[in-house]
Amino acid sequence: MTATVPPPPVLQPGGRVLAAASDTVVPARRGRFRTRTVAAAMVVATVVAYLLFRTDGAADSSDAAAFRFFDSVRDWVDANRDTSPFFLYGLNYVRLGVRLLVDAVQAALTGLGFAGLVAAVAAIGTVLAGWRTGLLALGGFLAFGVLGLWEQSVDTLVLTVSAVLLSVLIGVPLGIFAARVRWVGATLRPVLDVMQIMPTFAYLAPMTLLFLIGEPAAVIATMIYAVPATIRITALGISEVSPTAVEAATALGSTRWQLLSKVRLPLARTTIALAVNQTIMLALSMVVITALIDAPGLGQNIVNALQRVNVGAAFDAGLAIVILAVVLDRITTNAARRTGVHRSRRQRQARWIFVGAGVVVVAAAALVSIDPENVPGYSFAAPVNDLVGWIELHWYDVTEGLKNGISAGVLDPLETVLVTTPWWLFVVAVAAFGTLISGWRAALIAALAAAGLAGLGLWQHSMQTLATVLVAIVLTMAIGVALGVFCARHDRLATGVRPLLDAAQTMPSFVYLLPAVALFGASRFTAIVAAVIFAVPPVVRLVERGLRDVPPTVVEAALSAGSTPRQLLWKVQLPMARGGLLLAANQGIVMVLAMVVVGGLVGAGALGYDVVAGFSQRELFGKGLAAGLAIVLLGILLDRLTQGFHTSKGPRR
Amino acid sequence: MTPMIAVADLWKVFGARADRIVGTPLAELSPAELRGRTGCVAAVRDVSFDVRPGEVFVVMGLSGSGKSTLVRCLTRLIEPTSGEISIGGESVRAMGPKRLRELRRRQVAMVFQHFGLLPHRQVLDNVAYGLEIQGVPRAERHRRASETLALVGLEGQERQFPDQLSGGMQQRVGLARALATDPEVLLFDEPFSALDPLIRRDMQDEVRRLHAEVGKTLVFITHDLAEALTLGDRIAVLRDGELVQVGTPEELVGAPADSYVADFVRDVPRSDVLTLRWIMRDPAPGELCETEPLSHRTVIRDAVHRVLRADRPIPVVDGHEQLGVIDADQLLPALISHHRQVPA
Amino acid sequence: MRTLRTAAAAALIVSLTACGGATSGAGEDEPSAGAKGTVNLAINPWVGYEANAAVIAYLLEKKMGYTVEKKELKEEIAWQGFETGEVDTIVENWGHPDLKKTYIEDKKVAVEVGPTGNQGVIGWYVPQWMVDKYPDITDWKNLNKYADLFKTSESKGKGQFLAGDPSFVTNDEALVTNLKLHYTVVYSGSEAAIIKAAQQAAAQTKPLLFYFYEPQWLFAKEKYVRVKLPEYKDGCDADPKKVACDYPDYVLDKIASKKFADGNSTAYQLVKNFKWTNDDQNLVSDYITNQGMSDEQAAEKWVNEHEATWKPWIPAGS
Repeated sequence: MTATVPPPPVLQPGGRVLAAASDTVVPARRGRFRTRTVAAAMVVATVVAYLLFRTDGAADSSDAAAFRFFDSVRDWVDANRDTSPFFLYGLNYVRLGVRLLVDAVQAALTGLGFAGLVAAVAAIGTVLAGWRTGLLALGGFLAFGVLGLWEQSVDTLVLTVSAVLLSVLIGVPLGIFAARVRWVGATLRPVLDVMQIMPTFAYLAPMTLLFLIGEPAAVIATMIYAVPATIRITALGISEVSPTAVEAATALGSTRWQLLSKVRLPLARTTIALAVNQTIMLALSMVVITALIDAPGLGQNIVNALQRVNVGAAFDAGLAIVILAVVLDRITTNAARRTGVHRSRRQRQARWIFVGAGVVVVAAAALVSIDPENVPGYSFAAPVNDLVGWIELHWYDVTEGLKNGISAGVLDPLETVLVTTPWWLFVVAVAAFGTLISGWRAALIAALAAAGLAGLGLWQHSMQTLATVLVAIVLTMAIGVALGVFCARHDRLATGVRPLLDAAQTMPSFVYLLPAVALFGASRFTAIVAAVIFAVPPVVRLVERGLRDVPPTVVEAALSAGSTPRQLLWKVQLPMARGGLLLAANQGIVMVLAMVVVGGLVGAGALGYDVVAGFSQRELFGKGLAAGLAIVLLGILLDRLTQGFHTSKGPRR
Repeated sequence: MTPMIAVADLWKVFGARADRIVGTPLAELSPAELRGRTGCVAAVRDVSFDVRPGEVFVVMGLSGSGKSTLVRCLTRLIEPTSGEISIGGESVRAMGPKRLRELRRRQVAMVFQHFGLLPHRQVLDNVAYGLEIQGVPRAERHRRASETLALVGLEGQERQFPDQLSGGMQQRVGLARALATDPEVLLFDEPFSALDPLIRRDMQDEVRRLHAEVGKTLVFITHDLAEALTLGDRIAVLRDGELVQVGTPEELVGAPADSYVADFVRDVPRSDVLTLRWIMRDPAPGELCETEPLSHRTVIRDAVHRVLRADRPIPVVDGHEQLGVIDADQLLPALISHHRQVPA
Repeated sequence: MRTLRTAAAAALIVSLTACGGATSGAGEDEPSAGAKGTVNLAINPWVGYEANAAVIAYLLEKKMGYTVEKKELKEEIAWQGFETGEVDTIVENWGHPDLKKTYIEDKKVAVEVGPTGNQGVIGWYVPQWMVDKYPDITDWKNLNKYADLFKTSESKGKGQFLAGDPSFVTNDEALVTNLKLHYTVVYSGSEAAIIKAAQQAAAQTKPLLFYFYEPQWLFAKEKYVRVKLPEYKDGCDADPKKVACDYPDYVLDKIASKKFADGNSTAYQLVKNFKWTNDDQNLVSDYITNQGMSDEQAAEKWVNEHEATWKPWIPAGS
């Protein structure tokens, strides 16, 4: 017998859970024409004000008050790390506890040995998610040995598992609370909002300050990055439990605890399993980035390869990350799907036999000692490097032309305008346009964030980063919408592309830098390219879904009126998919920002560079931390400004 | 007179390799067998009919009988598998994409069951959509759209958005949109089945009125027999994709082609549909009759008053020729019975 | 090993709770004194460093039976590692008086282990062909004259000065400002990126002004000329924001964590004894960068061919 599995909540990269569209607010239509006039007037006013008041865009001081403040914080922490009770009895214990956890996980996983771990993962895959997944897991983990990356892969897995354990331990109870206790939910929501738009990069410096470098800091940073998804999706699962079931159980006299443990949790378990899945995916992408603060694993190989501009070496590591991501994703997705399925008694018995057999096999395999170094190896490094070399040789003019064209033609003018805008004008403009687009509440927050950028003393760099983000988002939307339209129109293409998009979304952002660096060297454009590659897949998906959600009757009506395909697209499908498009823009912007700052590693400069320099140079620590904060503010600014898109003007029903 | 729409041997088969079925022995299989053997579904099977200019032609059938598919085949919203369709004497299946769009833009318009309005456009721009895509300038198309809106009784609603209107009003917008391009043919795909009964009757009246005023050729799809009888000059009954009977309402009720149609019309109050022709009898030799005759086209219900008042049978005439006589003995069973009667 | 560590750490937690509070180094590896243990070797992001580390790691593992954990860390993060116990030794340190003050004098978690034998030079360079064509370009006073030559997509209308990894300690931005040069400092992100740009500049005669340093294998392949900046005088770089003079010459040295040094294991002694020349380092760097060898292969080749050099490094009795 099969119970119907509830449809999974709509999950977005970054673990964002999109609220159901039912809470969309219908805007007042009468104001539409007036709004347009107002908007036009505001644009004119802004341009005039800019022309009147533009500055010469002075470079940021290297000694702003904010930097000094953060430096003094750092100095205090350094001086008191081993004396202040805050550290002695607080954070240092956290660090120690996490260290113990990591060591325990490490001991468990490495204790099995190569053959043992491969067998264990395959067995877990088979038991939880079926034999196909088991085979996939087997092949995937063997591949780590073949690629010669066994140890690094296991290290990455250890950190991921530790971070996920922590996230689940903290996130699931919090999620339950958030769903059941109104004020907890209300308090958590804005915090989670901010956490989710924080670019991964911004976490690192504060982590090293509080927890120093190494595995514990990495695991904690990863946990902070991943836990919002755990909390959100768990809360969603609990609050989605059918009120009828709860009512019935209450009528039978259940206590609150019984309601939770016997009704709510069991009914929400599929969603909670999905929460774990999302947590794993997010954790994996973050763990790779924590290589920058001395976390071991595959991230190290990528950092290393980036430093040597050795795309081939990075390709192997990137491939290993993708394989790990796919294996973990398949196991948990399929396991989540299966939690909704009820088994017969016999099936349950068979399962136990399975489990028993698995344990025996794993135990046997653990006794076999195979050195992963003896596995026949293969590396893609040489062929990939050859290819990169060939591209550099033959495409040089094209890539260089593209880079210079966009940099000089679009990026530089935009950057100049933004940098020479006086900060107060920018704040006013953000407030004004924000009110128009997203309402005064969001506009206020966005304007405060904008003012904060100025206050941090990083105006120039913030505006440079903003310019890069804007160019990247325009490109992302152009490409994403075009591909989305294409996929929505060609079913066969869409089926072919979908697994690619799936894989792309499980890849850690870091990986995307490599092809960009290979093609374009170190420049802002490289960061733009990486950001576009990173953000296009979810945009394509959202656009495609938006277009496919256009009711067929409307499409048919338009066709029967004699619309050409182009008219159908521009006059019917795109306007009606507006909600999806704007949501895609909002998502895209957040992702693009995250990637553009990572581009600081490859010559994109500005805030990303400040962050990197900040945690690699003592003198620049304060500036780096301020830059991290500026990135967060920029994220809040962009998110609030565009968020009005999908909350206030969603598709009408 | 050349028919406005002529359909001949039309087939629509859904499924893989649908084109390999028509013209083979497979085509003779029952729907269930066909599905079992090939996985294909024949939604329209070998349908032929003509629609005369200015006529209201109703296609009626239960859900799944293929009527919606049939009407979509007419402008190739669904591509037919085989057969011939001509509209205004021109073969539709031979048209290239451009000519086909012209046909849809200027000659044939359609009204949909679920309205198919564009939710992001105001009523006026919805109605003007057809003109807009033809490239009619903004002022002109808005003027014409306003006129059409007035025609369907929606003055003053131009600036509303569709979701601010009731279902009935939305369908009036749909109707106006179809009329705005001044097409020769209007196709209605169950336009009123999503509306509640009172509104539905209003809308039917509206269609009758418009038909009288603008005199278009109408093809009207419905599963509602009462609607078919009210509106149709002629009715085609579709079952499992096949045409069972084409005829006037009277012919359908009076002379169902088979038990399927008979079942369909069983509950129709016969006296509302049948004319005296269907129940008169031959005069007995030397029988004395009333002097004032009744036309054979008189519907039974309208004759009740006179027949029951008359002392003697009333002659039924076609012009000057007497066809028969009628008296209470013939009339009463027709009034009370719903049983099948086949004219002699 | 790990299990042991876990147990040790658990015991530590208990004892710490008893005596009040955990210090930041709690739970880390104890110094592997005497026993053949693990050496945590920081790897800073340039190939010269990598060459030092490759040879030391090779000797430790293959000739002395240690396990070496290599940690890819930026310079300053590696120094932090002395405090946490993540890092035992840094084998090519460029100056860093501030870090030395913090970690050696104030925190007392690290010690100097003497020079590597390499002489470090940092400066601004242009490819040889530019000097042939514009002979006066090597004087900084003429740089503004040639700024237009160095324009790129990243340089915002000024000349581009190409810098390296953000973690390299540099004075370039201050120099540009303080010497009033019409240049923008653009960070390529890594040593490899500078080298690539420098190679292209030489091969395709493209203008390039860049941050570079010796020891560096590339100088054996192509000629680059150092631009003369105002001469370095003691203390002229004291305030990093007011620097207006050239980089000093560096005596590169080695640093070890205090724990590692105090343990005085044979591994520590090897690090202490390690000393070679710029040519040695360039050779190994060249193996790694251009001969397609892994660090280990490069070290092996060098070790096989230079026994006389490394033999004295191996401490007696190991």
